[in-house]
Amino acid sequence: MHVSTAPAFKANAHQALANPGLQKALARSGPSFIARRAAAVAGLPEFEQLRDTARDIKNHTLANLDFYLEEYERNVLASGGKVHWCADADAARAAVLEICQKAGARTVTKGKSMIGEEISINHHLEAHGITPIETDLGEYIIQLRDELPSHIIAPAFHLNMEDWEEAFRKSHTDLPADRVFNERRDILTEARTKLRSAFLQADVGITGANFLIAATGSSVIVTNEGNGDLTQTLPRVHIVLASLEKMVPTIEDCTSLLRVLARSATGQDFSVYTTFSTGARRPGDLDGPEEYHVVLIDNGRSAMIGTEFHDMLRCIRCAACMNHCPVYGAVGGHAYGWVYPGPMGSVLTPGLLGVDQAGHLPNASTFCGKCESVCPVRIPLPKLMRHWREREFERHLTPAVMRTNLAIWAWFARRPQMYRMATGIAARALGWLGRKKRSFKSLPFAGGWTEGRDLPAPEGETFFARYAREQRQGLHRQGHNR
Amino acid sequence: MSRDAILNAVRRGLKRGPLPADQIAMLRGRMELHPRHLIPARSRLPHPEQVDLFVRNVEKEFGSVARVPDLDSVPAAVADFLAAQNLPTSFVMAPHPELRAVPWSNRPLLTIREGRAQATDQVSMQHAFAGIAETGTLMLPSAPERPTTLNLLADTEIVLLRASRLVGAYEEAWDRLRADMGGMPRNVMLVTGPSRSADIEQTLELGAHGPRQLHVVLVEDAG
Repeated sequence: MHVSTAPAFKANAHQALANPGLQKALARSGPSFIARRAAAVAGLPEFEQLRDTARDIKNHTLANLDFYLEEYERNVLASGGKVHWCADADAARAAVLEICQKAGARTVTKGKSMIGEEISINHHLEAHGITPIETDLGEYIIQLRDELPSHIIAPAFHLNMEDWEEAFRKSHTDLPADRVFNERRDILTEARTKLRSAFLQADVGITGANFLIAATGSSVIVTNEGNGDLTQTLPRVHIVLASLEKMVPTIEDCTSLLRVLARSATGQDFSVYTTFSTGARRPGDLDGPEEYHVVLIDNGRSAMIGTEFHDMLRCIRCAACMNHCPVYGAVGGHAYGWVYPGPMGSVLTPGLLGVDQAGHLPNASTFCGKCESVCPVRIPLPKLMRHWREREFERHLTPAVMRTNLAIWAWFARRPQMYRMATGIAARALGWLGRKKRSFKSLPFAGGWTEGRDLPAPEGETFFARYAREQRQGLHRQGHNR
Repeated sequence: MSRDAILNAVRRGLKRGPLPADQIAMLRGRMELHPRHLIPARSRLPHPEQVDLFVRNVEKEFGSVARVPDLDSVPAAVADFLAAQNLPTSFVMAPHPELRAVPWSNRPLLTIREGRAQATDQVSMQHAFAGIAETGTLMLPSAPERPTTLNLLADTEIVLLRASRLVGAYEEAWDRLRADMGGMPRNVMLVTGPSRSADIEQTLELGAHGPRQLHVVLVEDAG
């Protein structure tokens, strides 16, 4: 089980900044995600309208979630599947294990599933003598290295070619030691060969779900590799892991969400395989699983409904927020300490683990707003992070020095005259002190800033003072008419 | 019981009890009507241009297309493709009536086995229920005559698509599926190009776990 290191975010971030391999990976991959999304969005003039549609569909579903969950269950049963309702991670792990044990499973193939990471299903199966094999290429190497994914759609975002080669040489000891890895294709081919036999031998296949469709009782997965489809087609038993908020009412609703998902995620117009699964093998079918189980997991979602974090339940896990986040881009995913990194993780992780555990995450934001500006379902991520900061403050989890400083600031902020006087004095003093070099290399109480960069010296006049002066001189109006 | 506990927790969050009957009727009505949302203008074209858009999009996604005038031309197109790619002349084929109607005996060198794919199959021949021009996507619903493994196990997948089965947007394909098959088949794959991964250094490589090649034989039967 991977224990959360979210409480150690600050130490994690320092380590990440000093890790040359990680910095190399971040510098290479960050910009390409941004460019690919931008190109895909530019190719679809209706994209902004589709974001509104996507937001509205999710809002409608959440407002009627109890109804849609019941409809969904009815339709899964009608198509020969089973739904296992699980309140928390323990219940979900037990449900999966029971299905696997009933099937007499020895090996289980797995498609990529973030809820699977959330409930640590692999470790649970291993502890009970069942071997889980991750089949998404990124998840596969993460499993070989026994670490958490560093990105929700690109689990091995933090790794370089040399890491892949090292892990493959260490794990695939049955292959000739003198084989060469000249290019990425050699890695891919070796993984394909290794995993093909795993697909054919597995007794159970476990996938996640991007969507659950109430009207048809279908689960939907979106992949590029085809590993999810091999996982859910070849073994005798298919288990779907899904959290409550994956629900959408109809195929048409799902289709509209799919139009924004791949474009926001990888910058593709559509992923290679978008697959709708509905129940078990039908009479006459030549392939497909004989059992179809949905493990439907709450694990903290229902507790978010109706709270200030309700909007987070719209998330479709595209990763656009982290791809565009300057903090994620600097420290990568592992610094966040748990399953969900980046802005969406900074909102979700305190909700799932507690703000006492993950309070650093919503503070690790510049509030630049880029995440919200690219979110396909328009989640106001900065606002939600601010709510966590407020809760942290209310619960006295914020460090004493910060509380004191905030209290001093708040005292002045509530007294505008005093505030302007104090800032006026500070601006004039700093302006005079810095009149020669126009910047400070160090200042008392500002070490956190000046350690990494100079602090520009104020002009000597506050914004309010300048505004008032220009109003008097009529400059402001002039500027408007230009 | 977890089920009721979860539903009650959801309702508590929504600050209400179970939905009233009129609201449920409204939501049921919405599911039965399954209204469409905004459909992008890119596929709102006359049919011949939709066919061109489909072909462009398949090629953009690293698939290939051979356009043939009728079913009689399919065996030659398939044989030529296999020869050009240095592939064996034997393949596993979906037991679909339209594929059976192809005069394969015109090309006696082609060896065909009907059924689901096995791990050893190098080439598969699948039947497309529909093509979607919007993104160059094939709709491949499972059925006894359309096994899912044909989409996954072979290194090369060839798909027969009739142009008359080609639509602009996904929504039109879903309508056709509902009309022809009643409910949802066990599995519906929407396939856009051959298998790929960008997990190694976020750089695209073709041929991950599914087919390395996807070739569409497009029969121009739409007049």
